[in-house]
Amino acid sequence: MTDPSEYPNQGYDEWIDAIAAGEGYHLVCPEGHGSLPPRRICPECGAGGLAEEPLPASGEIETYSVTHVASPRFEDDAPYAIAIATFGDVAITGQVRDVSPENVDAGMVVTVDVDESATDDEPVVVFRPR
Amino acid sequence: MTDVRIAGVGLTHFGNHPERTGRDMFAEAAGMAVSDAGVQRADVEALHYGNFMGSLAEHQSHQGPLMAEAAGLDCQATRYETACASSGAAAREAVRAIEHGDADVIVAGGMERMNNMGTAGATEGLAIAADELHEVRAGVTFPGAYALMARAYFQEFGGDREDLAHVAVKNHENALGNETAQYQRAITVEDVLEAPMVSSPLGLYDSCPISDGASATVLTSEEYAEEHDLDAPVAVTGTGQAGDRMALHDRESYVRTPAAEEAAEQAYTDAGVVPGDVDLAEVHDCFTIAEVLALESLGFYGPGEGIGAARRGETTADGDRPVNLSGGLKAKGHPVGATGASQLAELTKLLRGDHVNSDAVPDAEVGVAHNAGGTVASCVVHVLEVVA
Repeated sequence: MTDPSEYPNQGYDEWIDAIAAGEGYHLVCPEGHGSLPPRRICPECGAGGLAEEPLPASGEIETYSVTHVASPRFEDDAPYAIAIATFGDVAITGQVRDVSPENVDAGMVVTVDVDESATDDEPVVVFRPR
Repeated sequence: MTDVRIAGVGLTHFGNHPERTGRDMFAEAAGMAVSDAGVQRADVEALHYGNFMGSLAEHQSHQGPLMAEAAGLDCQATRYETACASSGAAAREAVRAIEHGDADVIVAGGMERMNNMGTAGATEGLAIAADELHEVRAGVTFPGAYALMARAYFQEFGGDREDLAHVAVKNHENALGNETAQYQRAITVEDVLEAPMVSSPLGLYDSCPISDGASATVLTSEEYAEEHDLDAPVAVTGTGQAGDRMALHDRESYVRTPAAEEAAEQAYTDAGVVPGDVDLAEVHDCFTIAEVLALESLGFYGPGEGIGAARRGETTADGDRPVNLSGGLKAKGHPVGATGASQLAELTKLLRGDHVNSDAVPDAEVGVAHNAGGTVASCVVHVLEVVA
């Protein structure tokens, strides 16, 4: 199978780099619907002309799970907490770092960052308690 | 418009068969279905075949003609892929083709080979049903995604792991006599609660197994069935399919599955039935929480009310509306591309009276099959009725 790290993903790679630099953004259509890149068309209303706007400085965890049985790409990371956090009008899926998995909870206020997988050093979107 | 009859069904054993080729498994299921139907192979006009990850598991795409050949069918053949709803979608397109008069006899089924990939390989393979960039790269596994839904459900409506454990216990109980089921052994609520955690709050016994297997159905027009004097008392009277945003985080709610609600509404309207008419259902319980979400999306329970259904005994074999009398994905197994058509096969046998659990539903006339892909970004629902 092709190693996902071996090919570029235009639009996504730049988004990861921006989050890592503390300049995370999301896309907003002319009608104000938020979405994540890479995206050409607003999934809500079909509009084009999506503009980049900064992500809010913090988000809130809505739901989470501690994964004990990981895929090979994360076998050395397990157990790890995954979560969905909302940042204004978008939601993002990431791993929760800087807090032990059993202390993760819904409602936790977090910032978004990029860290490395312990398994293959590939970039991972992460949340850190604010 | 013609009623589409289910003239024959076939299932391999679902289980741990890493040595079996996909073509061998599908040939067995399709052969059984054709024999069961009593149709001439030469009359089969198309194969609609579901498969999810054969490109990974067997390095084999373009499986349609391969499987037709393996089954001894000389006809057009197409592979459908909608993750775990692949053969539900394949069967739906077969139903529609017959309804529209394009064909009189179609074989619809599916196959998945998973155990040859090992547990790690299969886990990675299943994960590609999620968004690679925004979910898989964050570490979301298939159990992990449903765990996010389960946690959200507990937060919004209440319920706990013990409620979910009753779903697993029920489905294992139902599979005890089902010879094609992967697990024919009873488990207890304690077994479920004490099993190793996979992705909290879901443990090993909240999860369906990794399975190899194949399923097939022979669908015919009502006219063909009558002309050829087929014994085909069960008809597909309703079909529906709907979709949703791919990534879980892009859904409006993590505790509702609107694709299933919409597919069910279409299927009920098509059949002219309401949820209260449904006597039994086979639903997509890839995880225990998934059965709860299915019961609510099919209109059997309101939001937040489905969690206790198994615990209260309402969906058990002796309950008001038995759910997953086959054992469900949980105990019968989940060779993903075969699952949708296997639900139709099990329901057909339950309704016509030759299933090991038919005695639980002696007067049943209306059954529903709910087959979901991913975290229900795809859903196919069928209504089956006894018409002859």
